[in-house]
Amino acid sequence: MFKKTKQFAIAALSAACVVGAFSTAAQAADDQYFMLPDYRVGPYGANGASWYGGFIDYLTYVNMKGGIDGVQITWDECETEYNNAKGVECYERLKTKAKDHPGPIHVMSTGISYALVDKTAADHLPLTMMGYGLTSAVDGSVFPWAFPLVTTYQMQASAIVKFLKDKNGGSLAGKKIVFLYHDSAYGKEPIVALEAESRLNKFGLVEIPVAHPGNEQGAQWQRIRQENPDYVIMWGWGVMNMTAIKTAQKMGFPRDRMIGSWWAGSEEDVVPAGDAAKGYMSATWNVSGKGAPLIADIEKTVYGAGKGNLSDKSKIGTILYNRGVSAAVASVEAIRTAQAKFGKGKAMNAEQVRWGLENLNITDARLKQLGATGLLPEVKTSCDNHEGSGKVKLQQWDGAKWAVLSDWIEGNKSLIHPLFQAEAKKYAKEKSITPRDCAAEAKKK
Amino acid sequence: MFYRETGQFKVTYAADQQIFPIRQDRIGVALLLFAAFVAVPAFASEYWFTAILTPFLIFALAALGLNILTGYAGQLSLGSAAFMAVGAYAAYNFQVRVEGMPVLVSFILAGLTSAGVGILFGLPSLRIKGFYLAVATLAAQFFIVWCLTKFPYLSNDSSSGVISLPGIRIFGYEFASPRSQYLLVLTIVSLLALAAKNMVRSTTGRAWMAVRDMDVAAEVIGIRLMRTKLLAFAVSSFYCGVAGALYAFCYLGSVEPDGFSLDLSFKILFMIIVGGVGSIIGSFLGAAFILLLPIFLDVALPGAAALLHLPFDNATVSHIQLMVFGALIMFFLVVEPHGLARLWQIAKEKLRLWPFPH
Repeated sequence: MFKKTKQFAIAALSAACVVGAFSTAAQAADDQYFMLPDYRVGPYGANGASWYGGFIDYLTYVNMKGGIDGVQITWDECETEYNNAKGVECYERLKTKAKDHPGPIHVMSTGISYALVDKTAADHLPLTMMGYGLTSAVDGSVFPWAFPLVTTYQMQASAIVKFLKDKNGGSLAGKKIVFLYHDSAYGKEPIVALEAESRLNKFGLVEIPVAHPGNEQGAQWQRIRQENPDYVIMWGWGVMNMTAIKTAQKMGFPRDRMIGSWWAGSEEDVVPAGDAAKGYMSATWNVSGKGAPLIADIEKTVYGAGKGNLSDKSKIGTILYNRGVSAAVASVEAIRTAQAKFGKGKAMNAEQVRWGLENLNITDARLKQLGATGLLPEVKTSCDNHEGSGKVKLQQWDGAKWAVLSDWIEGNKSLIHPLFQAEAKKYAKEKSITPRDCAAEAKKK
Repeated sequence: MFYRETGQFKVTYAADQQIFPIRQDRIGVALLLFAAFVAVPAFASEYWFTAILTPFLIFALAALGLNILTGYAGQLSLGSAAFMAVGAYAAYNFQVRVEGMPVLVSFILAGLTSAGVGILFGLPSLRIKGFYLAVATLAAQFFIVWCLTKFPYLSNDSSSGVISLPGIRIFGYEFASPRSQYLLVLTIVSLLALAAKNMVRSTTGRAWMAVRDMDVAAEVIGIRLMRTKLLAFAVSSFYCGVAGALYAFCYLGSVEPDGFSLDLSFKILFMIIVGGVGSIIGSFLGAAFILLLPIFLDVALPGAAALLHLPFDNATVSHIQLMVFGALIMFFLVVEPHGLARLWQIAKEKLRLWPFPH
C-alpha cells in the first residue's frame, strides 16, 4: 500500500512539473520579446548576475515608463552556466518564441556567440556582441545579423596603444610592451592588432600567455622581470586578473604601468587584490558609480517599487552592472530607431530590428536626454561598420573606486578595420557566403 | 506473459549467436529503429533535433567509445574530451585544406587520427594501471588542449583559435536542416553502435574483457597484452574522434579548444558510470540521463515553482536544478551501482516471469 502511495506521489509530481512547464509558454502577441541566455551560477556567475541585473533592470525601467512608445517588453531567462552547449540549447528553446518580435540577443560569452553566429544568420534573428564575440562581424556585408556593437578587442588594443603614445609625447619608438593574455579565444583576438601597431609605432612586443584559469603566474612574471618592459597590457579574465596584480606587486612591477582590457577592469578584479591594485589602469566604455542620472533613476524607480532584479543592491553602479544597462540602452535605442522608420507604437519584427541595429545613431545629445552620459560613447552603425564606435576611456583604480583618466579614445580605424575585412572575407570563402554590396545598398537609400 | 521465449527454438548456430536471440527483442529494436528513423523525423520540432536528439546521439557515441576502453578493457581514462577535440580539429583541417575532400571521408580520417593519438597516450597503460593510468590520460587531456591553442596551424591561423566549420555536403546533397543533420548523425551512430556490439561479442571483445578481469591470467592463456590494450585505446579514440567531428560539424558549428575541457571528459565518464560500465545500451541510457535530465529540470522547475507559488528567481532555480541532479545521481547509484543498464536487465528478467513470479 505504502509503495502505491509513493508511486502515486511521484506520478503526481511529474505531472505537475509537465503541466507547469507548458503553462508559462503564452506570450502577448504585440510585445517586444527579449531572450536572455544568461548565467548566474558557475565560475563566472557573479559577473553574469551583475551584467544581466543591469540589463533586466533597464528593461523593467522602460516598461514602468510606458514601454518603447507604448510597446511593452517581455523576456525569458535561461541559464547557460557560460557553457557553449547549454547556450545553444537555450537559444533553440527560446527562438520560436522570439521569432515574431525579437529583441537583440545578448549572450555575454565569446564561445556561445561564436556558436550562434551561423544559427542566428540562418534563423534571421539579430545577435549583438557588446565587447566580445566574433570581431570580424564588424563587416556587415558578410555578417548581416551579427553586431559587435560599440567596440571590439582589436580597436580597444589600438586605443590603449594610442593612450600610451599620447602619454609618451606622441611616440612609442624603442619602448617595450608586454602583452600578458588569457590563453583562449578572448586573449588571442587582440594579438593581430597589437602586432600591426608595433610595426607601425616601432615598439617591441612580447607576448606571454597565461593558461586558464591563471591562478599561478610566477613564471610569467619572472619573465616580465627579465624583459623589463615599459608597460604591460593585460587581457585577463576572472581570477587571472587579481593574481596578476598581486604577483606584479610581489615582483616589484609598478601597477601604474599595467593596463587591463575592459574585462580586466571591474571591481571584482581589483578589490580582492587589496592595496596591490592601487594605480592599476584599465580600459572601459562605461563609467562606474551612480553618477549617471539614469543609474540613480533606475535605483529610485525600479528598486523603489521593489521590482529590482539584483538581490544584492550594493552591485548597483558597479562597472558590470552599468555595462549591462548600457547594453540594454543600445538594444532599446535600436528598436526605437526601427520604430521611427516602420511605425511608432508597434512591436518590431526581426528584419526591422536588424535594420534598427544597422542604422543606429546614438548621439551625445540623445545620451544626455536618456541620462546615460558616460555609459556609452556615441554609436553610429552602418552596413559596413557594425561596430559603430571603437572608442574607450581609460580608468585608474585609486584604492576605493575607478577614476576616469581620459576622454573617449578611438583606436586606429584605418589600421584595424582592414584586418576585420580580411578575416570576414576568409570566413565568407570558407562558408561560401556571398557578401552584400554595402555601397549599392547605401545608394538605394 | 508478453516477454517470454517459450517456443522459440534455435536450430542453427547462427540463430543462437545472433545479437538478439529473443524474438521480442528483435521486434523491439526494429520498432525503436523505425521510430528513430521514420517517426521522429516526421513529428519532432527543430528544437528537439538541434538541442536534444543530435547532442544526445553524439554524446552517446562518445560514451560508447569510453565504455569500450573503460567498461570492456578496464583502462580508466580521463581524456575522452581531448580525443573528441582531436577528431573535431582533424576533420576541420582535412575539410579545409584538402580541396574536394568528401565529408564522410574526413570523418573517418578524423577518427583514424584520433585513434593514432589514442595509441600514443595508451602506451603508459602497458606499465601502469587503475588510478595511475587515469592520471596519465589526464596528461593527454591537458596536452592536446594546450597543443590546439598553441599552434595556430591547427586552427587554420584563426586569430582567436576558434574554428568555424563549413557546411556538410554529401553527393551534392546539402545537410543544412536540423532534420537532415539528425538523420546523418543517427545513421553514423547506429552503424558504429552495431560495430561496437559485434566487436565486444567477438574474440577482440573477449580478449578485452579477459584483460579487464585479470591481466596476468589473460597473458597466461595467450592474450597479447600490448596489442589488446592498444587496440582498445585505438578503437575507443576512434569513436571519440568521430563523436568530436560530429559535435563540431552537426551540433555546435564552431568550436574552441577550451570547449573540450576536463569537465567534458568527466561528463562522459559520468555517463558510463550512471548508464552502466561495460554495456552498449548503458552508454545510450547514461548519455540520455546526464544530458536530458538537466534540460528537463530546467524546463519543469520554474513551471512547478510558479504552480506552487514559490518565489523562485532564475538563479535559485539553477541552483535547485544542480542539487536535484546531484541527488538523483546519488539515488540511482545507491539503488543500482551497476547503472541504468543493469536496471533494464532486471526489468527484463522480471518481465519474463510476470505475472507469476513464484
